[in-house]
Amino acid sequence: MLAQLFFTFFQIGAFTFGGGYAMVPLIQREVCEKKKWLTEEEFLNCLALAQSAPGPLAVNTSAYVGYRLKRTLGAICSVLGAVLPSFLIILLIASIFHRFADLPMVQAAFLGMRPAIFMLMAYAAATLGRKTLQDKFSLVVAGAALLLLLLGVPTFIVLVLAGAAGYFRRGGRNVSAD
Amino acid sequence: MSQLINLVLAFLQIGAFSFGGGYAMIPLLREQIQKFRWLTEGQFFEIIGISEMTPGPVAVNFATFIGYRVGGFWGSVLATSSVLLVPVLLVLLLARFYFAHEELPQVQRILSGLRPATIALIASAVFFVAQGAFLDVKSFLIAAAAGLLLWRGIHPVLTLTLCAVLGVLFY
Repeated sequence: MLAQLFFTFFQIGAFTFGGGYAMVPLIQREVCEKKKWLTEEEFLNCLALAQSAPGPLAVNTSAYVGYRLKRTLGAICSVLGAVLPSFLIILLIASIFHRFADLPMVQAAFLGMRPAIFMLMAYAAATLGRKTLQDKFSLVVAGAALLLLLLGVPTFIVLVLAGAAGYFRRGGRNVSAD
Repeated sequence: MSQLINLVLAFLQIGAFSFGGGYAMIPLLREQIQKFRWLTEGQFFEIIGISEMTPGPVAVNFATFIGYRVGGFWGSVLATSSVLLVPVLLVLLLARFYFAHEELPQVQRILSGLRPATIALIASAVFFVAQGAFLDVKSFLIAAAAGLLLWRGIHPVLTLTLCAVLGVLFY
């Protein structure tokens, strides 16, 4: 069972590009449909919980699934499985990259990628923003946080303030999970 | 040795405050990178590009790459485990106390403030990236091409690869 957890998440970690959000549908298919470890409803609870903690969504999800099935040892095996592929791939790239980094062609390729990275992030900010900033409170918090960040206030202070604003907001007792 | 301790402390902090995924981590990461002079801004862009094009969570990719730069193999092991330590412990803690359908109202209230703040984090990362991304007219052309490709539903990895090819042709 522990080996199964490890290999399931190893396979998911090895083949998903585009970060954690891209991994969630794959995890769902493996865990709910193929292996039948969790029901759809349990998986939705698991996602809500994974999003309540900081950290990569895919890693948090794997930790929870592992914990549900085999307690702490299960969580360790699943997290190792989910993380190991990207760790090994990046380790390989990092260890050989310095040999190529200064080649004019490589530099040119990275210069070309910069505007694309900008577009990817702007696109992410726009789509996530439209989904998240649906009420006045969210808009005010997002605007104030952006202002503070651009003024150079350290990120963790901005996050603490935002969390406090949410905690002490008026009428916030009935905030729902979404 | 002191570099490794800095690495662990920096990535523990990054992990503990990394709400909202890989992009939202960039401002926090940049603060630590500037503080300890681990990378130049150009190298930071290279790492963002590489992390986007390889599989797995972006946070893990960042930690492994920067850890390797700073402290070799053990640096990458330490940075990666540090960035994941707090999140995984919190998930296990929540999993113990969180029962199906019973969401902790305090946690939900805090999250209702954190979620919009992560949008601000991503937006501020967009500002930072814009400063390094637009160097001349050619950058705007590449950005327009990237926008068009993404809008037509082309996969981000393919979009990045095509823009890298444009970079080689242009520069």
